[in-house]
Amino acid sequence: MHGITPPSRGLLRVLTCGSVDDGKSTLIGRLLYDCQLIMEDTLAALARDSRKHGTLGEEVDLALLVDGLEAEREQGITIDVAYRFFSTPQRSFIVADCPGHEQYTRNMATGASNSELAIILVDARKGLLTQTRRHSYICSLLGIRHVVLAVNKIDLVDFDRDVFDRIVGEYATFAAGLGFRTMVPIPTSGRFGDNVTRRSDRTPWYRGPTLLEHLETVSVEEDTTLIPFRFPVQWVNRPHQDFRGFSGTVVSGSVAVGESVVVAASGVQSHIARILGPDGDQERATAGEAVTLCLTDEVDVSRGDILAPTADRPAVADQFAAHLLWMDEEPMLPGRQYMMRIGHLWTRASVTAIKHRIDVTTLDQQPATRLAMNEIAFCNFATAQRVAFDPYAQNRLTGSFILVDRFTNRTVGCGMIAFPLRRASNIHREAFLVDKAARAAALGQKPMLLWFTGLSGSGKSTVAKLVEQALHRAGRHTYSLDGDNLRHGLNRDLGFTEQDRVENIRRAGEVAKLMLDAGLIVLAAFISPFRAERRMLREMFEEGEFVEIFVDTPLEVCMQRDAKGLYARALRGEIANFTGISSPYEPPEAPDLVLDGDGATAEELARQVLELVERRQAG
Amino acid sequence: MQTRMRVLSSHLKRLEAEAISILRETVASFRNPVLLYSIGKDSSVVLHLALKAFAPGRLPFPLLHIATGWDFRAMLEFRDRRVAEVGAQLIVHTNPEGLARGINPLTHGSQVHMNIMGTEALKQALDNYGFDAAIGGARRDEEKSRAKERIFSHRGPGHVWDPRNQRPELWGLYNTRLNPGETMRVFPLSNWTEFDVWDYIAAENIPVVPLYFAAPRPIVRRGGALIMRDDDRMPLEPGEEPEIMWVRFRTMGDWPLTGAHESRAQTVEEVIEELRLSRVSERHGRLIDHDQEASMERKKREGYF
Repeated sequence: MHGITPPSRGLLRVLTCGSVDDGKSTLIGRLLYDCQLIMEDTLAALARDSRKHGTLGEEVDLALLVDGLEAEREQGITIDVAYRFFSTPQRSFIVADCPGHEQYTRNMATGASNSELAIILVDARKGLLTQTRRHSYICSLLGIRHVVLAVNKIDLVDFDRDVFDRIVGEYATFAAGLGFRTMVPIPTSGRFGDNVTRRSDRTPWYRGPTLLEHLETVSVEEDTTLIPFRFPVQWVNRPHQDFRGFSGTVVSGSVAVGESVVVAASGVQSHIARILGPDGDQERATAGEAVTLCLTDEVDVSRGDILAPTADRPAVADQFAAHLLWMDEEPMLPGRQYMMRIGHLWTRASVTAIKHRIDVTTLDQQPATRLAMNEIAFCNFATAQRVAFDPYAQNRLTGSFILVDRFTNRTVGCGMIAFPLRRASNIHREAFLVDKAARAAALGQKPMLLWFTGLSGSGKSTVAKLVEQALHRAGRHTYSLDGDNLRHGLNRDLGFTEQDRVENIRRAGEVAKLMLDAGLIVLAAFISPFRAERRMLREMFEEGEFVEIFVDTPLEVCMQRDAKGLYARALRGEIANFTGISSPYEPPEAPDLVLDGDGATAEELARQVLELVERRQAG
Repeated sequence: MQTRMRVLSSHLKRLEAEAISILRETVASFRNPVLLYSIGKDSSVVLHLALKAFAPGRLPFPLLHIATGWDFRAMLEFRDRRVAEVGAQLIVHTNPEGLARGINPLTHGSQVHMNIMGTEALKQALDNYGFDAAIGGARRDEEKSRAKERIFSHRGPGHVWDPRNQRPELWGLYNTRLNPGETMRVFPLSNWTEFDVWDYIAAENIPVVPLYFAAPRPIVRRGGALIMRDDDRMPLEPGEEPEIMWVRFRTMGDWPLTGAHESRAQTVEEVIEELRLSRVSERHGRLIDHDQEASMERKKREGYF
């Protein structure tokens, strides 16, 4: 059955999904087994494993063919996507076997992003479950247009046609809005093989194809050669002075020597001088080919740029709307900065607004202020850099992105772009003749922001006050921003949830930025418990302007002082999200200055800050 | 560059393009990558793809061979010839402590030997040279825990693999970011099968170690496996006499741990034909994989490739 002659219909990439225990791994195991693709030594091992881990007594447990991790075999569940490869004379297949448990939805999305067809399993006894709907929606969102509805374990409902028809009807209603081009329902039994590769005589009422027949013949062709040429530059190949090429994979369309192209973000145009493929020079490159392009002009192109036809360019913007699937245990907070990878470009990005969250069971739109793991929302994004992209519906590879946590480097989210937000491009910054340097020079000082962070009651405000008095006496122009005071005015609308704390800091940062622009030395005392936001602040300012001062006072000492009686109230449960009690404080990793808030007087601490300020002013 | 013997199928073209893209991504994203060159057919294919990926430039990374002291002599000859042909930089590393203690597969068993001379040696070499990305020829179709592995497979401090906490890989948007002390393993052939590899070797005329082809070789039978006695470090048991048999090897490894099988396949085409009819899997001849259930996953978690 192995095809060494190329199968006639090419490659089909399939994923299996559905709820836990619907029998996904067993169905795939059955498919491989009945296609006689399991080798003898593997079968011997399977018989051994079945006795040890199997759930079927003496019978061979086909799920153990695919559940490869120890934890999976011990618990009898699928945790991670497994990729299986097989061929029949008609076609070759890559099957992504995806986990059904809700906490592994991100792995399921991974499989969907790289597949063309989904087999959605339903346990005939249970009917449609939340996971069935969730997975169907994710498939749809990620652009899968062909699904098989495998009503599995049909043997356990006595091959009852009514059960099958009811489930199919219910699914068709649910999936009507999901944009699937084909939806083929098949009654199957993974355990016994009915309608998997062999037509079952126990379902005489079923006239459709077996699973394998359908997989071998379904046409999923989306001709990526027909949409506009896109070439994300992956790597600049410059081995010597006489050669400068741009390596990458053509994601859509095609290009030929002599044609004109534009660097999307900069608008600079040139022509294709040479195309180097895996076997040397070629005249044309089409979607899917990994090539190196040489241009006729010395233009500035680097990794992350996109080359496109001059007449048909991608959008370029620093704000856009996109669907976001959140994949991390730590929630997504608007305003927090993440690293975004879009094509070959890495840039900082944040959600500026959650337009609505999508209930995956009903597909209803709901308001939301944050996203938990496995939640999906439609959001506005802002990026630090202008990026080139297409809507995901037009081009899966130039319209998708991932988000990565800036501290842990975990992949925390994935997104599909809907459209650019135009207002960003309409606001042009005025270039004032009198600028920051001029104002600072008039005041005879270097503008800087002294940012005091620490627990409530650590002494931040007290020290900041002493420092400001001393600076003022020395003729410096200063201003103090205090967390409490700001919350009475500008930040009156904010509470103490994580997302409000992020916004609180962002606004304080923006106000401080304006004041530094005016030439002032700003002192700011904010608990600012999260590293991510303090890092965001540092990046808002020029090198050396942001001075992070950690007032390091132990929690016990702060609680003892409790000047405002807040700790007592928090401990009684009267204040939610109180830093140190019910909300974390992440100490700075590399602050500019650490003040020992327990070991020294406020005057002594202020003196340490003043020394640092004078050093920086002089330096 | 060598000429193709026949036109690639669209399937192989797709795999070739994907592998080239992964290799370029590695060079674009990491400070100090290395190609783990195990001299087998998969490594030979990766090397061939790398030469294509960076043309007309030279290979932008060195090759690393972890020598255990028990490689087939034919592998070492092939290695030196091939490295000279392509003008690559070769680093050979052997675990010096293991060498001093005389660790070997015959007296210490395959598990201890592979752990100390294989896994530990690899970790030493990666640490010593400060490599932050190691490219290997592993494929998902080889083994069940491999089937779960990412193309860009993240390793925590100490090179440990956490299979339950892998980074999702969507659309080929690889997350290549590392914190200090972390490294990446990169597998450009993840989506290839054993057949694809041989098909590609045939189409591209890629040189491989002659041991993959059948020839008369001195063989002793040990525990059901056919072992080729590559030198006299393996003592013969009473009454044991190597017999000359027509055999070939389906995988490469340390010779006392790599079983041969009887074969007359002397060309790439004959090997492909033999594989087409085979009813046992590729790793069947690898004695190290059978030591314990899930042994591959355990080795990988400890830092094995």
